[in-house]
Amino acid sequence: MTEAFDYSLIDWSRAQFALTAMYHWIFVPLTLGLGFIMAIMETIYVRTGNPEWKRITKFWMTIFGINFAIGVATGIILEFEFGTNWSNYSWFVGDIFGAPLAIEGIMAFFLESTFIAVMFFGWNKVSKKFHLVSTWLVAFGASLSALWILVANAWMQLPVGMKFNPETARNEMHNFWDVLLSPMAVSKFTHTISSSYLLAAIVVIGISSWYLLRKRHIVFAKRSIVVAAVFGLITSIFTILTGDYSARVVAQNQPMKFAAFEGLYVGQTRAPLVAIGVMSTSPEDPDNENIKDFVFKIEIPNFLSYMAFQDINAFVPGIRDLMEGNEKYNIPSAAEKIARGKLAIDALAEFKLAKEVQDQAKMDEARQILDENFRYFGYGYFVDDPSRLVPSVPITFYSFHIMVALGMWFMMFFAIVLLLVYKGKISQSKFWLTIGIVNIPLAYIASQSGWITAEMGRQPWVIQDLMPTMAAVSRLDTNAVITTFILFGVVFTTLLIAELKIMFKQIKIGPKQEGGH
Amino acid sequence: MFETFELYTLQQYWWIIISLLASLLVFLMFVQGGQTLIYQLGKTETERSLIINTLGRKWELTFTTLVTFGGAFFASFPLFYSTSFGGAYWVWMAILFAFVIQAISYEYRTKPANFLGRKTYEVFLFLNGLLGTILIGTAVGTFFNGANFSVDKMNLTNIYDSAISRWETPFHGLEAVLNIHNVALGLSVFFLARVLGILYIVNSVNEENIFVRARKQMWYNAVPFLVFFLYFVIHLLLKQGFAVNPETGVIFMEKYKYLHNLLQMPVVLVLFLAGVAGVLYGISSFLFCRSRKAIWFGGTGTVLAVFSLLLIAGLNNTAYYPSLHNLQHSLTIRNSSSSHYTLTAMSYVSLFVPVVIAYIYVAWKSINNKPIEKSDLDDDSTHIY
Ligand code: HEM
Repeated sequence: MTEAFDYSLIDWSRAQFALTAMYHWIFVPLTLGLGFIMAIMETIYVRTGNPEWKRITKFWMTIFGINFAIGVATGIILEFEFGTNWSNYSWFVGDIFGAPLAIEGIMAFFLESTFIAVMFFGWNKVSKKFHLVSTWLVAFGASLSALWILVANAWMQLPVGMKFNPETARNEMHNFWDVLLSPMAVSKFTHTISSSYLLAAIVVIGISSWYLLRKRHIVFAKRSIVVAAVFGLITSIFTILTGDYSARVVAQNQPMKFAAFEGLYVGQTRAPLVAIGVMSTSPEDPDNENIKDFVFKIEIPNFLSYMAFQDINAFVPGIRDLMEGNEKYNIPSAAEKIARGKLAIDALAEFKLAKEVQDQAKMDEARQILDENFRYFGYGYFVDDPSRLVPSVPITFYSFHIMVALGMWFMMFFAIVLLLVYKGKISQSKFWLTIGIVNIPLAYIASQSGWITAEMGRQPWVIQDLMPTMAAVSRLDTNAVITTFILFGVVFTTLLIAELKIMFKQIKIGPKQEGGH
Repeated sequence: MFETFELYTLQQYWWIIISLLASLLVFLMFVQGGQTLIYQLGKTETERSLIINTLGRKWELTFTTLVTFGGAFFASFPLFYSTSFGGAYWVWMAILFAFVIQAISYEYRTKPANFLGRKTYEVFLFLNGLLGTILIGTAVGTFFNGANFSVDKMNLTNIYDSAISRWETPFHGLEAVLNIHNVALGLSVFFLARVLGILYIVNSVNEENIFVRARKQMWYNAVPFLVFFLYFVIHLLLKQGFAVNPETGVIFMEKYKYLHNLLQMPVVLVLFLAGVAGVLYGISSFLFCRSRKAIWFGGTGTVLAVFSLLLIAGLNNTAYYPSLHNLQHSLTIRNSSSSHYTLTAMSYVSLFVPVVIAYIYVAWKSINNKPIEKSDLDDDSTHIY
């Protein structure tokens, strides 16, 4: 028995998952949103019969195709990485987690890929109506793919609908609908797709702005902007509403993550929301370098309590309450949870031993202890180092705030663009067109920040309270993981460069001057 | 309906589904096989473009089947997922990389400013065809020949070293290629994919030069396919197999286990023989009767043959993933599956599979009902790779 964890293995495995997931996420949101934008454009084409709209649709489809291919390339890795790098996880929760992945393949991926073929190859071969339906099916298929994987992700953050079975040493599903419809699944799915639609709208406006600044493809660009700005304004409002809902779900189910969002060290009632803040570089708590104070902050009074529990008098627990416990609000300390987690783990071992000798009384006893303490099972792995229960506060805080600030900004931006369109001034307003281009990278930053918030904020858990990263990781040589990490880095970066060069070139070429097609 | 089934019935049902998906995947790897023949069959840029475009219309179908196969295996037999993927790390990683580089190659190959150049993307397609087929075949070989792992679920209670599945060699799967029987299966899959690739291409490309070269290539690939395949199958039927006692769960070696499985499940035997006959008929009708429709026989035959081989790996009380480290750690469909509840839920989902197949068929029929020709490459109303 080794008496210490190989943290480098865990860190590299996490780094690899982060690398591959973040690369994948560069491409997915655009696919999700552009699908609908194309479908709307094609609908206008079919309704009006105006070939200009067909030209517009086809240009955005070209962009979609380039982006989709690399999304597929980076996506296959993630599915298999659960097995290759997180093998314990795959067993411990495979009974629940595998199902959404399989359903995703059967119900969504085939839908998407089949109708993409009709969309690209079918222009002159199928009727206009059938083609339009195919484009819509591509858009829905893409969002449906996102649904299942997000259900799986939500389940890791809020494990529901299952029961631990000591005979098989794993969690087993008891209610599929609880898994599918948990509040976390609803918030994940709605927030992720709406923010992705928003991102695509920003990209379409940005590229079109570039044409307007260059005085090229004026009609094309203006029309694209109109569709994207309307779509963007609606989806940005939806993003903010679902984001707000997400925050509430987190506050109720992942209090440590919520405290990290806000850098809230000491819990309080009538808690203020830090709108803008800069964290100090030295830790507030010498035992835990993740706990820091602010050197500067602007607060909105009472708002955090309201956001979390819709009640300004509600108590929002801080990191210290969660670590040291708070009797008044009935919050157990980390030490207590760790002790109970250890009890659960030991009871599982007892159960197994009792079973080998067929001692039913002992089995029942062990099972009871296990059941009583199972909700803290994962804490048992932290006997040596409880400070690891705190996520990195600065990373979580900054990514959360960047995302939220940009969300507000994008909503305003869409409104301004629509106003300019309405007044017929959009092609002359160089300033806003330039801003439109600058927004493109910002949208990607917002989207990535969202995942960083959600995933860094929940550390050290792969399954909230039940399984930490160190109990989930495959037993590999660290060097093996470093090697594949580097390979992924090199391959994905190369492909990204290729993708961007192709994309920029296609944008430069612009929409095809179409004859009769 | 499914909830009334016994657990073992559901486990068998899911092994059958997994086997079916795997057999469809092997058939669809005609795309991979075709990718390794681009330069042998196409001598001019146009000819190569024809081949790449006809393969390019199907690559996603193969890819999606692979992904779905992975997801379905995870959902139904998660212990295999955690044991094999986390253990035979290098083999699976190599397979994944081979598919990553495929996914962009069709779309990017002829696009202006594609950074790596057309040739590189063609090399990617070749590597995908070569490694994808051989490695998947070799990995499946371990279903019959075993692998070096151990499984102990109670490791979970050791908080310092909690991995349930462990690989017992430092090579993490690469040692599979040291077993000639695994490699024989890998090479069979490779040459079979090429045979199917040829049959698909002559069916879907209308170009005489390619047809003539295809006939020559068929000899070069059908013969090695038959040699490796027969070697693998004969050895398989004569060797000891990994049997499991259904009452106690104890695993033991049984002489002629796989032969027994065929004889004890006559339906599977019939499927297997029909499959082999289909493949042989496909090959010979193309070679001797110049048939362009041979892909239908070759393809159906492939599906049946692979399907029945996988059935004898897991059904009839057989351990489908034997452990060479400790026989009793071998995976069977009973000890590695999901719970009754999950298998039931998934079984309902599986009812969608015919719907999926139906719309794939309808959609493709509507856009691709005649072979591709040179003139199609200039048609700018459609998507050209
Ligand atoms: C006022 C605006 C916003 C609020 C209040 C908000 C809130 C949130 C919250 C609380 C989470 C974490 C959920 C969790 O940990 O489970 C989250 C995640 C996320 N956010 Fe936002 N967000 C906003 C704007 C945006 C924008 C503009 C984007 C992108 C363009 C975005 C993209 C994401 C993504 C991709 C995630 C990860 C997936 C998820 O956890 O749902 N968000 N957001």
